[in-house]
Amino acid sequence: MNMVSLQDLTVAFCGNRTASALNQVSLELGEGEVLGLLGESGSGKSVTLRTLLRLYPERNTRISGHIRVDGRDVLALKGRDLELYRGGTVSMVFQEPGLAFDPVYTIGQQITEAIRVHEAIDEQAARRQALHMLDRVQIPQAERRYDAYPNELSGGMRQRAMIALALACKPKLLLADEPTTALDASVQIQILLLLRELQQETGMSVIFVTHDIGAAVEVADRIAVMYAGRIVEQGPVAQIVHQPRHPYTAGLLASSVGMENRGKPLLAVPGSPPDLACLPPGCSFAPRCASADEQCHRERPPVLNRGNESLACFHPVLPFPEAA
Amino acid sequence: MNSNSFPAAPQDRGGPAQPLLIVRDLKKHFPVRGGLLTRKRQFVHAVDGVSFSVPKGKTLGIVGESGCGKSTTARLIARLMAADSGSMIFDGDGVEEYGGIHLKEFRRNLQMVFQDSYASLNPRLSITETIAYGPRIHGVPAAEANRLTRDMLARVGLEPDQFGARYPHELSGGQRQRVNIARALAFDPRMVILDEAVAALDKSVQAQVLNLLQELKDERQLTYLFISHDLHVVHYLSDHVMVMYLGEVVETGPVEDIYSQAAHPYTRALLSAVPSMDPDHRTQLPPLIGDPPNPIDLPGGCRFRGRCPHAYPVCETQTPPLMAVGVSPHHLVACHMNNTQSGHPNSSHEISA
Repeated sequence: MNMVSLQDLTVAFCGNRTASALNQVSLELGEGEVLGLLGESGSGKSVTLRTLLRLYPERNTRISGHIRVDGRDVLALKGRDLELYRGGTVSMVFQEPGLAFDPVYTIGQQITEAIRVHEAIDEQAARRQALHMLDRVQIPQAERRYDAYPNELSGGMRQRAMIALALACKPKLLLADEPTTALDASVQIQILLLLRELQQETGMSVIFVTHDIGAAVEVADRIAVMYAGRIVEQGPVAQIVHQPRHPYTAGLLASSVGMENRGKPLLAVPGSPPDLACLPPGCSFAPRCASADEQCHRERPPVLNRGNESLACFHPVLPFPEAA
Repeated sequence: MNSNSFPAAPQDRGGPAQPLLIVRDLKKHFPVRGGLLTRKRQFVHAVDGVSFSVPKGKTLGIVGESGCGKSTTARLIARLMAADSGSMIFDGDGVEEYGGIHLKEFRRNLQMVFQDSYASLNPRLSITETIAYGPRIHGVPAAEANRLTRDMLARVGLEPDQFGARYPHELSGGQRQRVNIARALAFDPRMVILDEAVAALDKSVQAQVLNLLQELKDERQLTYLFISHDLHVVHYLSDHVMVMYLGEVVETGPVEDIYSQAAHPYTRALLSAVPSMDPDHRTQLPPLIGDPPNPIDLPGGCRFRGRCPHAYPVCETQTPPLMAVGVSPHHLVACHMNNTQSGHPNSSHEISA
């Protein structure tokens, strides 16, 4: 059975204007699988993760569709069940560890607190577990860092502590929301390797959100590309990187700066993402797409599934091979 | 001296061979409050004796991890804060020296684009007002400044009628960064400091802005000082590269030399810290362990030795000087391994390799 199953998930935020952040997103994630969710800001990557954790207030958020995580209907969870679900079954690593930690408690206190909410154990045992977690994420001198406040740690250390906190209650699914974007390249690679190592050790499923395709390639088995609240392409990492099918994915890959394009203009995708409050009626990428025609502007391309790949485009760069 | 209110366009004074900017031995130490019992005043050695020169029409890329002093160097050059010591020569004229170039004139020649596109724009000024502000201060009449602003907006790819009256919060990150670039270029500076100017942008927008920067450089014969921690972007844009570590220059040279024959272990580690982009050959070992150390009251010797795989006792006792390596006289490295006289056991081995 799949770890995560999203069916036609639609999320809209209602205020003065209604912004449709997610539009009929369907996603499956197997046990022990690592999915990279790739997209620009405003494409709905973070909204997907936050909806999975039910972090949005019900008052001004309209959610429809189905979310099943580990066989449970997430949208129906209430009270104590929801508390145990957050952190126990699913846990999240945020982009800004400096903002996600409470500045007035030490790292150790915060991890210990999380453990004691989920498990009926005493202070000493929880402390031992927390220290063990700090060791696992390769924080040197864990004993001393246990009593450090978040502001006393460097960015890389803080992100390690954040991962320790997220994994303290042994979740089955880890949501990583751009965990390396705020870090230096040299530290970024350390954190990526750490995440990969921990995933292999624990066998948990991971959804890794990023806008950097290089980071996704380092950790993910499969990549889903999002654009304006929809998943436009899904496939194994090698397929996406070497033979992208959707023009947007191809554009993203072509515009990434590498060692070979010095002295040449970069093939940037022109334009900017659409306003989520007034999405075009057809394909949301059509206004920026070189191969768009009248049909693209009029109709929304349906999502085609073929094996472990999916695609929503009328004029793909590389169409699915004809079924034999 | 230019006495009328309308400033003339900056001119080339020193000729093509004169570097546009020469920086000598720039230093900035920030005092920090010590603990309760320590009487000694401590200092963060943010920039510790940095010297370099930028030739006309070229781009110097400065790379390094956070905390290595790249941004402080930029701020010292733009005179946003005063240096403790050191001197600068802009196209043959000493900056703020007797008989040299005045600060106001210097600022007109040198502009800066910051990383945070939102924080660096005044939220209460519309885009037109923001861009016209600088020229107005320097005495350009209002009508002329407005015309200049419209031209600049159109040049950076923002429709003046559509965007001119908007405020910063009504723009996306990429658009705001375009406004910042337009503002920096509003009155023809000769040098632009780009301090992580594309770091906060999405990859697809980043490519658009990089293209724009490259076009503007060719059109206006600009000289860039490009600061970034993204080595791909630095490689794409720069002609010379300077690698900094804890306030010091550890390696500098032409971009091809740095990227193909990096001689400092730190540079090599930085270069291999780039994600591989190939799912079949993922990175297996982190090239650098740990974070950069705290730059407070650093001991002598090589500052990288704590994280260096080739550290040896000589690295602790002697500070490696910047020395030429290889065939190019411009490729300088501060590492004992590239100096046969240093006594480092790997030095002879490295030369033969």
